[in-house]
Amino acid sequence: MAALISTYAVADRPLKTHPGVGETIAQTFTMARRALIKMMRNPEQFFDVTIQPLLFTAMFAYIFGGAISGDVKAYLPTIITGILAQTALTASMARGTQLREDMDKGVFDRFKALPIARIAPLAGPAVADLLRYGIAATLTILVGLLMGYRPGGGVGGVLAGWALTIFAGWSLSWIFTWLGTVLKTAGGVQGLGMMIMFPLTFLSPAFVPKETMPSWLQHFVDVNPVTLVINATRDLMNAGDLTLSVVWALVGCVVVVAIFAPISVWSYSKKL
Amino acid sequence: MTTTTELAVSASGLVKTFGDFTAVDGIDLEIRRGEVFGVLGPNGAGKTTTLKMLATLLPIDAGKAEIFGVDVKAHPHQVRQLVGVTGQYASVDENLTATENLVLFGRLLGMSGKDARAASEELLESFGLQEAAKRQISKFSGGMRRRLDLAASLLSRPPLIFLDEPTTGLDPRTRGQMWDTIRTLVAGGSTVLLTTQYLDEADQLADRIAVIDRGVKVAEGTSEELKTSVGNSTLHLRLSDKAQVATAAAVVEKVTGERPVLTPEAGGVNVPLADADRAADVLIGLRHAGISITTANVQQPTLDEVFLALTGHGTENPENPDRTDIRTDIRTEEVA
Repeated sequence: MAALISTYAVADRPLKTHPGVGETIAQTFTMARRALIKMMRNPEQFFDVTIQPLLFTAMFAYIFGGAISGDVKAYLPTIITGILAQTALTASMARGTQLREDMDKGVFDRFKALPIARIAPLAGPAVADLLRYGIAATLTILVGLLMGYRPGGGVGGVLAGWALTIFAGWSLSWIFTWLGTVLKTAGGVQGLGMMIMFPLTFLSPAFVPKETMPSWLQHFVDVNPVTLVINATRDLMNAGDLTLSVVWALVGCVVVVAIFAPISVWSYSKKL
Repeated sequence: MTTTTELAVSASGLVKTFGDFTAVDGIDLEIRRGEVFGVLGPNGAGKTTTLKMLATLLPIDAGKAEIFGVDVKAHPHQVRQLVGVTGQYASVDENLTATENLVLFGRLLGMSGKDARAASEELLESFGLQEAAKRQISKFSGGMRRRLDLAASLLSRPPLIFLDEPTTGLDPRTRGQMWDTIRTLVAGGSTVLLTTQYLDEADQLADRIAVIDRGVKVAEGTSEELKTSVGNSTLHLRLSDKAQVATAAAVVEKVTGERPVLTPEAGGVNVPLADADRAADVLIGLRHAGISITTANVQQPTLDEVFLALTGHGTENPENPDRTDIRTDIRTEEVA
């Protein structure tokens, strides 16, 4: 034991001034692996990305289909892409509550005391969450296909829409990551997350055409990042077109990350 | 004259405020390489806050701190490479097994998967945890968590180790095991900064002790120096014949030159002693005077008495050392 827990002389170790890019990536993937192990041990974490897409897709299609598009089948190209964006958003919201709960546990004290990149404990679980968004997107599309959805964009278009949904979920999760680092309780993150999630989801063309809303509301709909994602997903999946909407959606996602990732890290390190 | 870099820790005027409350109010610390330095104080004295500032876990509001000559405020990432921290509450992941925890921390420290697994196996064996390697931490006892936590702090072989109340809430047996582990660590050449509420723990492990109260350092020295400064051991006597209390008091006063404290109803005579050797003189004096006693014991000053002497007030601490066992039971139940 003595040999094992002996320590190196201080002079022997060159001290790094900051973690390098390679190290940061490696640490992020190590953190992602931790999050995956925890996910597998706690299957409840998959409820929102399995049951919700199944339930909401079927429910919304049968309830609103007739009223909005005349019949259920004609509504599917609208509702499937809408639900895709909605599940990406709700699934990413869980990132905030889970981070808040996680940060209250003792293990975060150790993460903070370790010489690792400050972003790794935040980015790791976000990477692991790609699995959750993937499940949600896949299930939504499968339910749509079973209900008779025949996407005009073909396999390529659907795959592109699927990938965009996952990327959007990952990007939007940084908003909730930031909330997780700012608010004091998981309940608070959940509550505020809901207040953000509902307007973003419903003040968009996810479920109804934008034109049916009052014109003042349409202005908000136009700048809603979820609208950008939905328009892009529709162009990709229903038409198979790589339109300007797709570019805008990607730009929107990148902007969200560019704003919220740095302020999350800043608030997390400050909160030590 | 020691230069800064010969010191493992050099801190001056550390201050930490939370709103209106000043948790740490200008603390200076100098810890030499290779020594075990104890920070002693009651709950809420500012021990953990001080340690967290030194470990880069809390921003330093005012003052300056250096770890092996590296400025804590300016170079936190470097400081983190020099310090291993074991917190008051085990900082390991509940949902992972012991091995998964250690491999996780090893990988984060830049070890290859293979090296991390080897180091994990080695540490678990050293800490007698190999049988629990594949169990989730949520099924661990309090003592096992602490040991795993300490093992995790040693993965990087840090030259300086912070132990924040390493035995608070542990039962006496586990506490003894923890002490042995810490002694082994020190034998290996580590510098250790230890916080504790227990005088006997500081006494057993620390080369030097700083006593902290309400965010201020009220005394510093070896445990002997501290006890001497506080005074005294006390000889507690109980007489066979309560009627002899007054006679006994006179005899004691003659021998020690000080008036003993009497509890005549119980036939008790409590004798303050400048040093414990004087107890024999008192007992011989009583024998010569023909006064017989039923019990006699010499007691060291308790933390409460040290505090009373140093600060003029008690520890105001419900968790005084005498109640360790009760509290341990509560903790063990939580864990079970």
